[in-house]
Amino acid sequence: MKIQQTDVLVIGGGLAGQRTAVATRRRGLDTVILSLVPAKRSHSVAAQGGMQASLGNCAKGAGDNEDVHFEDTVRGSDWGCDQIVARMFCHMAPKAVRELAAWGVAWNRVAKGDREVVINGQKVVISEADAAHGLITARDFGGTKKWRTCHTSDGTGHAMLYAVSDRVIGEGIPVLERQEALALIHDGERCHGAVVRDLITGELSVFLARATVVATGGYGRLWGVSTNALINEGMGAALALETGVARLANMEAVQFHPTAIVPAGILVTEGCRGDGGLLLDADGHRFMPDYEPDKKELASRDVVSRRMAEHMRKGKGVRSPYGDHLWLDITGLGAAHIDRNLREVKDICQYFLGIDPARQPIPVRPTQHYSMGGIRTDYRGQSPWLAGLFACGEAACWDLHGFNRLGGNSVAETVVAGMLIGEYVADFCASPEGDLNFSTALARECLEREQASLAAMAAGRGGEDGVAIRRRMEAILTDSVGLFRNGPALESAVAELADLYRRSQRLAMANHGLDANPQLVQAYRLPRMLKLALTVAMGALARTESRGAHFREDFPARNDRDWLNRSLACWRGGEDLPRLDHEVLDVMFMELPPGFRGYGERNIIDHPHTALRQADVDDFREGETDRHKRQTHMMAFKQYLPVQYRGRNERLDERFS
Amino acid sequence: MGRRLTLTVFRHNPREASSRPGTRDYVLDETPGMTLFVALGRIRDEQDPGLNFDFVCRAGVCGSCAMLINGRPGLACRTLTAALPERISLFPLPGFELIGDLSVNTGKWMRAMSERLRAWLHDAGDADPDRLEAPMEPATAEAIYELERCIECGCCVAGCGTAQMRPDFVGAVGLNKIARFHLDPRDVRSDADFYEVVGDDSGVFGCMSLLGCQDVCPKGLSLQTQIAWLRRTLARQGW
Ligand SMILES: Cc1cc2nc3c(=O)[nH]c(=O)nc-3n(C[C@H](O)[C@H](O)[C@H](O)COP(=O)(O)OP(=O)(O)OC[C@H]3O[C@@H](n4cnc5c(N)ncnc54)[C@H](O)[C@@H]3O)c2cc1C
Ligand code: SF4
Ligand code: SF4
Ligand code: FES
Repeated sequence: MKIQQTDVLVIGGGLAGQRTAVATRRRGLDTVILSLVPAKRSHSVAAQGGMQASLGNCAKGAGDNEDVHFEDTVRGSDWGCDQIVARMFCHMAPKAVRELAAWGVAWNRVAKGDREVVINGQKVVISEADAAHGLITARDFGGTKKWRTCHTSDGTGHAMLYAVSDRVIGEGIPVLERQEALALIHDGERCHGAVVRDLITGELSVFLARATVVATGGYGRLWGVSTNALINEGMGAALALETGVARLANMEAVQFHPTAIVPAGILVTEGCRGDGGLLLDADGHRFMPDYEPDKKELASRDVVSRRMAEHMRKGKGVRSPYGDHLWLDITGLGAAHIDRNLREVKDICQYFLGIDPARQPIPVRPTQHYSMGGIRTDYRGQSPWLAGLFACGEAACWDLHGFNRLGGNSVAETVVAGMLIGEYVADFCASPEGDLNFSTALARECLEREQASLAAMAAGRGGEDGVAIRRRMEAILTDSVGLFRNGPALESAVAELADLYRRSQRLAMANHGLDANPQLVQAYRLPRMLKLALTVAMGALARTESRGAHFREDFPARNDRDWLNRSLACWRGGEDLPRLDHEVLDVMFMELPPGFRGYGERNIIDHPHTALRQADVDDFREGETDRHKRQTHMMAFKQYLPVQYRGRNERLDERFS
Repeated sequence: MGRRLTLTVFRHNPREASSRPGTRDYVLDETPGMTLFVALGRIRDEQDPGLNFDFVCRAGVCGSCAMLINGRPGLACRTLTAALPERISLFPLPGFELIGDLSVNTGKWMRAMSERLRAWLHDAGDADPDRLEAPMEPATAEAIYELERCIECGCCVAGCGTAQMRPDFVGAVGLNKIARFHLDPRDVRSDADFYEVVGDDSGVFGCMSLLGCQDVCPKGLSLQTQIAWLRRTLARQGW
């Protein structure tokens, strides 16, 4: 048995995993990163539009700060997020952007003087201050009060991932590529590492670690058409679920992005609309102002996607052989702007649609995009049920995003979480709890179990067709667990997914090799994907309300009275289905008590404590003029941050002396 | 009626003693808007579940899927079959370790190159993330991003005569990285430091300016200009 030991095992080489690794390495811990693909090919590379941080440098960002970013994030989440985590995040985001600037990200900068921009379909001249010249600029994004999204053209994820990956290389942190974690090693209370499969040779080995960090990204590929990379199959979340003790949270909270191209499902960034692009219907009519007079195309994604679908249901979609779609029109921005700020969009249109977006509209429709749910952690990133197991990034439910994530808050979350959780992991390793204290017998047992199960799969004695099962799963999720959901459809989805799950354990194999064998990979991932699909569908069925991206046609109201909570899923060994329960979000601790988001339908059943808490908060607000003190009265959070990150953020209008 | 395509695909598993390098033909009906990603996916689903290839983003941004398409290096995911004749040949990218069939280990090559060239930003280490960031000219930021757009796909290495002859040649991808850090005012290294990593025949003086690299770069990077400029700048160091 091949055993390797390390202090910290990071599973996942995207932004979240690599930034965590830099933090633990800098605390002197041996750190190893595993990744399915070379780190720079992780899905983070595909992020286009940008990263939110309240720098407030550009004219349209003036007056921005953590408070405004916090309120936007909580409203965006439809009050489903953890407000302490949202506060920690908003406080850290400016530091993260500035750190990345020092590490080499070529953020676009403010140029002083007048410039023409497109706002609400009109050309407008805005004037940038001399003092802001050369500082990091920002663009507009959905669901935000200020222009807050920092970017490098529309290749932000690429620029960020390359800077962080280069830093990992510079710090000498090993990234073991084409290595897949297959199972977590644990004794029911403490996680000790993972069993890992080499995707080239098929060899299994054991990695023993004091702390294991899962940063494996989202589960978007459970839906047939998704903006996600093909490797986003949720395997990290599935490994946590398979421990039988760790829990997943809010798996039904799945975001559909308004503008993926038809039919390929490739994303064109929200920056298109942020920079002034419009949504048009079959008649060339701009319909969003009819539904959302205030935010129009720039309401939050859940709202815009639903409005688009609603409009298409009225027969206003453009017919095509691939189903109905709408148009995203950025011709008004001009070729020069597109060439500089929307270059990836231009490439995508050229290569996949054969059109020039400066002259022709882009065919788009809402498409699966982001997984708000994931491995439930506390604010330190640790599973409350399995010590030594941490998670961060899209794989986790840290719970920054609740039931809808704002554009630009995800790449920001990955680096912020990496900075913070890396420190907490190091603290854990430094504590007595963090001692490596494992039994080789346990590791051997775990490895042998995986080995036997792979051998059985490769032999392929069952008669089931893996490709057909997968396609059916994708179709069920798209049809019944998509933008619009209802009880009867979800019930039959759960029943059918449970059946597919059983069948997926008896696949036929044409290829019996144990090394680089794509059919074997499919065979061991498929049952895990189906387990996740079941947590998603069951979570959606149980939640008889509509919140953020989770919309129930049979329960259209947001029901704070009964559903202001987080869904938890656990799958005990030997059981046929996961178990669900719910964790309450306490209104009496909220800095921003539940209310109307400012966009979308206003259809809310209030929580009985909302008015009480609102009165408290109003008192605090009136009694104190200093925004920092006021905030501390309402919901103190700095004590949760590592000491070195507690300092205030400097801004042009909040200069340090 | 759509066309019927024949894809001639390289097949070999280098870890299996009995495997011999060869090709296999797959016949497939073309569908509208079909890319090589769609075509290979269908072949794997319907005809040959053991076929190895690498797609990750399938959107032309991650650099995973470079291969020889009718003899020319390119990204398979964004190549429309409509742009190709009815007979299509697919071979793995030369110059990299073969994993199997169309899959090669570009990641390992790129990491080794980055380590050798010390291809990360060497900053002064004194930035305070609480404070306003250091200003940068907007045009400088844009110029850096322009060079930063490389996706490490390896096409330039596959298209380069020098790289095919000298396994230690860092390729246009490596030279472009040095040009990128050289341009960046945040990088504290001097010309002499850069000379030390690329000032020999495995670096900028090994390049014969044949420009195979620029022709095949899917991101359209101005590799020719970067290499020429680097050579001029660093040649001064050599004297
Ligand atoms: C097209 C697109 C555009 C986007 N644009 C934006 C944007 O503009 N702004 C924004 O804020 N967000 C954006 N997002 C969202 C954002 O990019 C992602 O949420 C974020 O990058 C996720 O980062 P991560 O580090 O958590 O995971 P990933 O980058 O997905 O990395 C996951 C890593 O885990 C590894 N891995 C997975 N499973 C295993 C396993 N079993 N064993 C070993 N390794 C494993 C993978 O190899 C990979 O290295 C976008 C998303 C998409 C789809
Ligand atoms: S110019 Fe020619 S020799 Fe130089 S890197 Fe490019 S292809 Fe290779
Ligand atoms: S320089 Fe161009 S061809 Fe070479 S690796 Fe980078 S993107 Fe690919
Ligand atoms: S799969 Fe990412 S570039 Fe082709």
